[in-house]
Amino acid sequence: SQQHVNVISCIRSTDFEVHRNWLAITHSLPVSRWYYENTSEWTLDYPPLFAWFELGLSQVARRFDANMLQVENLNYASPATVLFQRLSVIVTDVVFIYAARECCRCVREPKGSRDVLSRPSFVLAVLLLWNFGLLVVDHIHFQYNGFLFGFLLLSVAKHLQSQHLQGALLFAFLLNLKHIYLYVAPAYGVYLLRSYCFAQDNKDGSVRWSSFSPLRLLALGAIVTSVCALSFGPFIAMGQLPQVLSRLFPFKRGLCHAYWAPNIWALYNVLDKSLAVLGVRLKLLEEAELPPASMTGGLVQEFEHSVLPSVTPAVTLVCTLLSILPAVASIWLRPHGAQGFLRCLLLCALGCFMFGWHVHEKAILIAILPLSILAVESREDAGIFLILTTTGHYSLFPLLFTPAELPIKVVLMLMFTIFSFTALRKLHSAQGSLLHPLEVIYLLGLVAVAIACEVVFPLSPWQQRLPFLPLLVTSVYCAMGVCYAFLRLYASLLLRREEKPKQL
Amino acid sequence: MQTWSLVSICVLLAIIARWGVSLNSYSGAGKPPMFGDYEAQRHWQEVTYNLPIQEWYFNTTNNDLNYWGLDYPPLTAYHSWICAYIAKTINPEWVELHKSRGYESTQHKLFMRMTVLVADLLIYIPAVVLYCLYLTDGSSKKKVSIMFCFLLYPGLILIDYGHFQYNGVSLGFALWGILALGLGWDVLGSMAFSLALNYKQMELYHALPFFCYLLGKCIKTGLIGRGLFLLVRIGVTVLATFALCWLPFLAEPSQAMQVVRRIFPVARGLFEDKVANTWCSLNTLIKIKSILSGDSQLYLSLACTLLAVLPSCIRLLTKPTFWHFKLALVSVFGIQHWAVFKPTGLKCNEICYACPFLVFVCSMLPLFLKDGLLVPYIVTSLGFLFFSIYLLSALDHCSEDKLRLGAYNKLFYCLFIPWGNHFLHFYISIAAMVGLSIATAVLIPPPHLPDLFPVLVSTTAFLHFLGTFIHFNVVQFSEPPSRKSQKKSN
Repeated sequence: SQQHVNVISCIRSTDFEVHRNWLAITHSLPVSRWYYENTSEWTLDYPPLFAWFELGLSQVARRFDANMLQVENLNYASPATVLFQRLSVIVTDVVFIYAARECCRCVREPKGSRDVLSRPSFVLAVLLLWNFGLLVVDHIHFQYNGFLFGFLLLSVAKHLQSQHLQGALLFAFLLNLKHIYLYVAPAYGVYLLRSYCFAQDNKDGSVRWSSFSPLRLLALGAIVTSVCALSFGPFIAMGQLPQVLSRLFPFKRGLCHAYWAPNIWALYNVLDKSLAVLGVRLKLLEEAELPPASMTGGLVQEFEHSVLPSVTPAVTLVCTLLSILPAVASIWLRPHGAQGFLRCLLLCALGCFMFGWHVHEKAILIAILPLSILAVESREDAGIFLILTTTGHYSLFPLLFTPAELPIKVVLMLMFTIFSFTALRKLHSAQGSLLHPLEVIYLLGLVAVAIACEVVFPLSPWQQRLPFLPLLVTSVYCAMGVCYAFLRLYASLLLRREEKPKQL
Repeated sequence: MQTWSLVSICVLLAIIARWGVSLNSYSGAGKPPMFGDYEAQRHWQEVTYNLPIQEWYFNTTNNDLNYWGLDYPPLTAYHSWICAYIAKTINPEWVELHKSRGYESTQHKLFMRMTVLVADLLIYIPAVVLYCLYLTDGSSKKKVSIMFCFLLYPGLILIDYGHFQYNGVSLGFALWGILALGLGWDVLGSMAFSLALNYKQMELYHALPFFCYLLGKCIKTGLIGRGLFLLVRIGVTVLATFALCWLPFLAEPSQAMQVVRRIFPVARGLFEDKVANTWCSLNTLIKIKSILSGDSQLYLSLACTLLAVLPSCIRLLTKPTFWHFKLALVSVFGIQHWAVFKPTGLKCNEICYACPFLVFVCSMLPLFLKDGLLVPYIVTSLGFLFFSIYLLSALDHCSEDKLRLGAYNKLFYCLFIPWGNHFLHFYISIAAMVGLSIATAVLIPPPHLPDLFPVLVSTTAFLHFLGTFIHFNVVQFSEPPSRKSQKKSN
């Protein structure tokens, strides 16, 4: 278990080195070697457009500290390097700030004068810009998510403003920057096909096949292919496409990350383990028959389940597709305009999070950030938002595990939670309370879990024997909240089918 | 939004700012043999925990006073003892006698930073919150804005959480004292201020206004009857607080005398390093240090200090209102350097006052550079500037009448200093600060003037102090704002 703990800490705090390595690879090596280079274990596994982005960054990095651009300098972290990396995140966040501003412009302002702090657009701006998850993942843990989410939110804003071509262009860029956004590609595809290529609907809202506009379809196709050509072009020309794809989609990794993301498979794993333990206790199973190492070992490899059937990548793909099918079908059959598209996007993101293969817990942000837009406009969505956000953000706590970061994550989480609860409650105060008492009890239970995992457990005797226990408890508890939010969002989409769409 | 949620968010933001600065370097990091203030505090924990009280202030084989000997009053020593007790339960190596000298580790740094944060949370921050909510005027949004700017003051954050000191405790106690006086609880206020004095002797700068205000109040209420009774109660409280704090040292007169000798080291000269006060600036013109002897320097300094605060104190004696009291506190600070943090909040409600406070921070830049705190300095100063401009000028428009700059302007016209729009002055000051900061951090001074930039910074800061000092004295002698005089608070 000591070795397992070491592996866990190796896996976690490495994004900094990952990006430094990519700066080095793109700067020092010729393009043909980028996706073959594996001196470091952190190989390039984002699409080529991100590699071009890193190349651009490396030109600036050269002026800070040229040594970070040597591929051999593994784990190089001089003060100048750290400063440059942190500054690059802050500077690229400009995209995110601009996107947040655009989203705020799309929000309906209710009539009547209100002071600044109670206006929906202000609340949305703070919920986006001060999002705990984004702050923690980007600025403390280190990634470029602000930059990427800027593209996503900007694309959504453009669709809300009916500028579909710009939205499509931005999403094409985004897909080529980080392929995790494939999660929401079905929503884009179906929405654009249904609402943009078919220029008009019948009176009852169904498809008017005669209004199909090939020109629009061609425009969309041209945008997507040109962006992909820009990004993948050199690699296709060099015949490296299979290698690039194998780097982008490494299915050799296990069903779950070392720390289980709070999705269905976490619950499945726990069920499997409990059944195994129960089986051994009740003498239904032989302990020797069970596979030796388990998911809780923390190594990122493929393992089998003991009692329940093992899960393969194909199974997760089928489950994911099944989970998003109703949502996608809904916007095909009864589109609700851009609002319906946003809801479908959320459901696709959550569905893939719930059932996907090797999902990282940071992916919950793909659902949380766009949900903020809906939360400031509708009371029901605000309730779902509060549950999803609080559980989703708490599930990010294990990412920061050093004692120095404990005050930061606790204080930031408190700040965001206090703000989101009070601001949303004030916004929707006229329509009743946001949360059901049972939901409140669940969220209060989060506090108990937090205290138990952060304070009580490290001082207890189980620290040595079961080091993985707090992570397990966090995963499972948050998984319940995320599942609940997923089901409620689905209900809100499907049950709206019967009403007339609110705006066109 | 409700006030409590706004207040809690602001306090949480202030805590984040403090902890963020904590993660940077501290004074004397990795610099043997003497290290810096951080090592001094750790050493005091070592001394107070391992040695009996009688030896704390004495030079013995176990206690070498030349290596960061205790030179603060007993309350600091007791605080160090409490911290040492906790330190011992976590890791005894941190406070082992003699062996722990120069001990540095990430865990220990976290522990020390935590002690500062806990002390702040218990004493300083509640005082600020209560003061701003109950003793400032305006809408609740304005009060929260003032509180936020007060909490974000870079000077205190950088010194306490960067350089490493416990100013929050003494300033917190003093602020509790001011708060109590503002609410009319004179006895409690004097007890709180006595505690502040017993924590850091530098609070003596503020003792004179406290004394004059309370004395003036007693006189006003009538020296025969209620006034005398109040005077007696305050006197007894102060004496009792002092007695309680000094109890272990009162057994023998030599003990008490030794503590006094350590607290007031008159053997030091008029100024150390390049401080932003009168003497340093004057030294550029006349080499005072070489003209006068050590004793004469001391008497000169004392005489000038007393003379400078005399006008505001006399005014306070004659008109002991809370408003005058606050102004007197501000007037007193311009004389020396460390005690400048307090008045920030008192007058934070006007944006123009943010400028001199930022200048004070800038004047400490050479110190921050030595400690490796350049990035926190830039970030916190910019943050403070941004928030004070954004929040305070939106809520409160500086009018000349409000600042009573009329008389001030006239004074400057007499001195032939061009004085345009006071906002212009504000921006010129900010520009000067930015320029000097960049110069100090980046440029290399010419070889025959090695201390050029620190001295320039000190002189600029001194000029600002002088201007602020004169301004507050002028304001104190003019009438209070019209609505207050109607309330007959006298």
